[in-house]
Order: sequence, then C-alpha cells, then structure tokens
Amino acid sequence: MSELSELYQQVILDHNKKPRNFRKLETANHSAEGYNPLCGDQLTVYLKLEDQAVKDVTFEGSGCAISKAAASMMTQALKGKNKQEAEKLFTEFHRMVTGELDEEKTPNDLGNLKIFAGVREFPVRVKCATLAWHTMHAALNNQELVSTE
Amino acid sequence: MATIEKSLTHEKEQASLWDVERIRADFPVLRQTVNGKPLVYLDNAASSQVPQVVIERGSMYLEQEHSNIHRGVHYLSQKATTAYEGARETVKRFINARESKECIFVRGTTEGINLVMHGYGRKFISAGDEIIISAMEHHANIVPWQMLCEEKAAGLRVIPMNDAGELLLDEYEGLLNERTKLVAVSHVSNALGTINPIKSMIESAHKYGVPVLIDGAQGAPHMIVDVQDLDCDFYAFSGHKMFAPTGSGVVYGKARLLEQMNPFQGGGDMIKSVTFEKTIFADLPNKFEAGTPAIASQIGLGAAIDYLNSISREHAAAYEHELLRYATERLSGIEGVRIIGTARDKASVLSFVIDEVHPHDIGTILDQEGIAVRAGHHCAQPVMQRFNVPATARASFAFYNTREEVNVLANTIERVIEIFS
Repeated sequence: MSELSELYQQVILDHNKKPRNFRKLETANHSAEGYNPLCGDQLTVYLKLEDQAVKDVTFEGSGCAISKAAASMMTQALKGKNKQEAEKLFTEFHRMVTGELDEEKTPNDLGNLKIFAGVREFPVRVKCATLAWHTMHAALNNQELVSTE
Repeated sequence: MATIEKSLTHEKEQASLWDVERIRADFPVLRQTVNGKPLVYLDNAASSQVPQVVIERGSMYLEQEHSNIHRGVHYLSQKATTAYEGARETVKRFINARESKECIFVRGTTEGINLVMHGYGRKFISAGDEIIISAMEHHANIVPWQMLCEEKAAGLRVIPMNDAGELLLDEYEGLLNERTKLVAVSHVSNALGTINPIKSMIESAHKYGVPVLIDGAQGAPHMIVDVQDLDCDFYAFSGHKMFAPTGSGVVYGKARLLEQMNPFQGGGDMIKSVTFEKTIFADLPNKFEAGTPAIASQIGLGAAIDYLNSISREHAAAYEHELLRYATERLSGIEGVRIIGTARDKASVLSFVIDEVHPHDIGTILDQEGIAVRAGHHCAQPVMQRFNVPATARASFAFYNTREEVNVLANTIERVIEIFS
C-alpha cells in the first residue's frame, strides 16, 4: 500500500475532512465553476482580486478527497500572490502531477503543495487534483465554466 | 413464509452445485494479478469477461473466414455469411423470438434504443404524445427519448420509485393514457440492481395499445429472456455485458413493427435497389443493418450464447443470486456502509456509499488491492439525485465471482474506512 499512502497522506486526509476557506466569498469579483463529469466533482472558486493580487480566495462544492484537499491547499497557497505568480503555480502544480516536473530537482515555488506529487502514480486521479486549479485559472481569466473532460 | 424458505433452500442447493473454479478456468483474463494481488473483477455490469471458447471463435473467424458478408459469391464470403447468420439464429433461440429476422444486430444496447427512437419514434410520435420512462433508467434510455420529445414537442413522463429503488406501479398505471405512445423501461437497473416486473408492466401498456421497449442491457446477462412470453415489442441488449466482445448487440422487435418502421441508417446492404430517383429498402433484418457490421463480434456473441447454454443458466443465476445475498450481508454488516438499492428483487448489482468517503477514493483504494469496481454516477445521474448522493461505488457480480472475492472486497472496504477515520 505504499503508493496509496503516498496519495492519501495525513495532510491530504485532514484537508479533506476540514477543508480550509470552504465557503462562498461575498466580496469576490471573480468566480468560476468547475466540473469533472467523470466523477461528478463540482466546485466553485471565488477570488477577490485587487491590483492584480489575490486578496482572498475561497471555494465550495463537493468531490473526492483529492479534489477537495487540492482545492483547500490551493486557497492557502494563493493568498497574497499576484496573478502572474498564481498562473506560474498552476503550471508547476500541473506539471508535477502529470510527471513532467520533478519537484525535488527543478527549482519551483510549490512548497507544501509537493504533497500532491503522489497523484502522478494515479493517472486517472490527475483531473481530481487539478480541477480546482483549472477553475481558479478560469476565474482569473473571466471564464465562468470549466470542465476537465 | 414457508414457501419463501423453501425456495431459498432450493436456491442454495442449486448454488452449491456450481463449480466456480471450473468456470473460472474458462476465463483467461481472471488469471492475472493487479498491483501484485489476484484480480478481483467486480465490474461486470459495465463489461463482463470473455471465455476462451469465444476468444477462439473470434480468432477462427479472423484466421479462416474473414471476409465481407452477403452478396459475395466466393467461398470466404459465404463462410462468413453463414457464421454471421448462424449467430442470428442462436440469438433468436436465446430470446425465443418467433423469427430470426426480428433480431437486428447493433453495436450495443445504446444503438438498439436509438434505432427504435429513429425508426419508430420519429415516424409514429408527434406533438402532444407522451413517452413513459422510469426514474431508474440509464442515460441510454433517457437521452434518445428526450431528443425525440424535443424534436416532436412530445412529453416525457417518468415513473417514480420508492426509497428501496422499486418502481411505483400504481403511479405507472396512472401515467398511462390515450396520449401515451411508447413505454421504455429497463429490465434490471444498472445502478441499483432492481429487477422490474416488466411482464405486468407490458401487459398494462398493451391495454392502451402502447408498445414497450425493454432496455435489457443488465437483464439479458442474468435473466432468462423469453420475448414471446414477455410480449415486449422491443428488447435491446449488449454482447459485451454477456461474455461477448464489444461492438456486438441486438435489438429485437416484433416483425410487424419493424416492417412499419423507417430504416435507421442508410447505406449499403440495407437496399433492394437504388436509383437516383428512388431506393427500395431491403427486407428484415437487412433494412436495419446498413454498412459492414462487426462481423467477428456478432459471431462472438453467438459463441457466448452457446457457452451460456452449455453451463446451465438456471444454476448460474441461482449461484449469482446467492453471491449477491452474501455480499449484501457482508457489506451491510460494516458500520458506515450504506447500500443504495434495496429492492426485494435484485440481480448482480451492489451499489454502496461510505459515510464521508467519496466513491472515487473507494475505487482507487480497492484498485490497489486488485479489486475492480465502478465509482461514479453509472450513467444514471437522475438515480444519484433521487438518492441524494453524488456517486456510488458499485460492485457487480457474474457467475465466475467467488465468496472469497466478496471477503476481499469487504475487508478492503474496512481498510478504506480505517484510512479515512
């Protein structure tokens, strides 16, 4: 079960149980809805942008442990970042979970998001881990709906 | 009560006659390991496995008979045609159709239902008419009718179900009226496992002169289907859910109806003569089989039916039923597990959810132990909405599954709960 314990680490299970910033953001000026039709995962990401910087970010919705924990940790990582930094983090995260980026060898800003590296051993779960990020990207770029299919 | 006990005992006796290890030896795919563990294949409602004799029949076709069917005057074409039409005869006997021309070969259940929608629905259903489906249908038996209703300004009516996943038959009777032009309902629910009382439902519809289509995707693999006894007007099923290759399937239709219907697709093989002014369509069944079909797959379906006939379907059904009963008992005994679909009459399917654990996480953890289940909405999103769950995990059984496999499933589910506790 070693790959499994890589995937379901305590931190991920904890964020699944107690997702952070899990609420609607009344002051949001950007939001988007993300769907993963394969799993039925559905979430909304709310962003409050000021001067191209993420003042606040929250999410709500339902999904598996991986998608929920990824969304929860994403909101923590994004707070205070500017738009460019947020997009860079999205790219790095995406490259890490698809196995294109070795988070230990190539310099990056992933920090504790590296905990999701285990997802790359489970290709069908990549969409779960990236749903919140795709949705955040859509919100940043004023798209309202995104689907991972 | 006494009779129920008696029939249960009878069933257990029959189930005990089943030599599952001998049966498993017929299915080469079951011999492998997944993640270092023996494969526990419990996704039979999605696609069942293929026995060696079916594989060999397919290989034999490709090695010795491959050629296009019909019209060929040469040796190979005649051999291929004989094998293909032979499979149709086998299907005819399997479902007890009056004539083999009533058995139209299609790609699977979905194509079969779409064939009836286009051929029958678009010709005979018009504005203000009503089509009745049920609350437990697969998307394949919802979406085509929705498309038709939209096109024709017809109404779609839905038979509701109770919390056990049983159709409310009184409500069904109330939906039938002189506007009803078609009833389309599943034999066995793919998401819940419910066996619907289709014979009496067909009888009710016929009182209004309404034809009935049965989605038999989950029915044909597990039930004895006699289309004359049921008196259904259409019955569609897929080969790949009953031990044959993908791309094979059948839609049965009463000859009288099929003859009145429009063709489904136009093209080669479905014509008698073509000029630029007019085409005269072929007789049944060719009228509905435009283009080159999945010859090897349909011959495989014939071989799969031969296989089923060789192993006693009655004993197989009794064994499956006993296995489902045992699995239900094991999973119900685990705290935190809730079974979705608790109808009195069920076949093969055990859908469940675990408190606070998403079915996809269940699926991933089970997969690590070599257990194949399906996690998701099972192409039945309205069923998920009815039970207020985003998705379920679904174990579905075939007669080659074992009690030991059920134990592995139950133990791993306990492990899932442990991980997420």
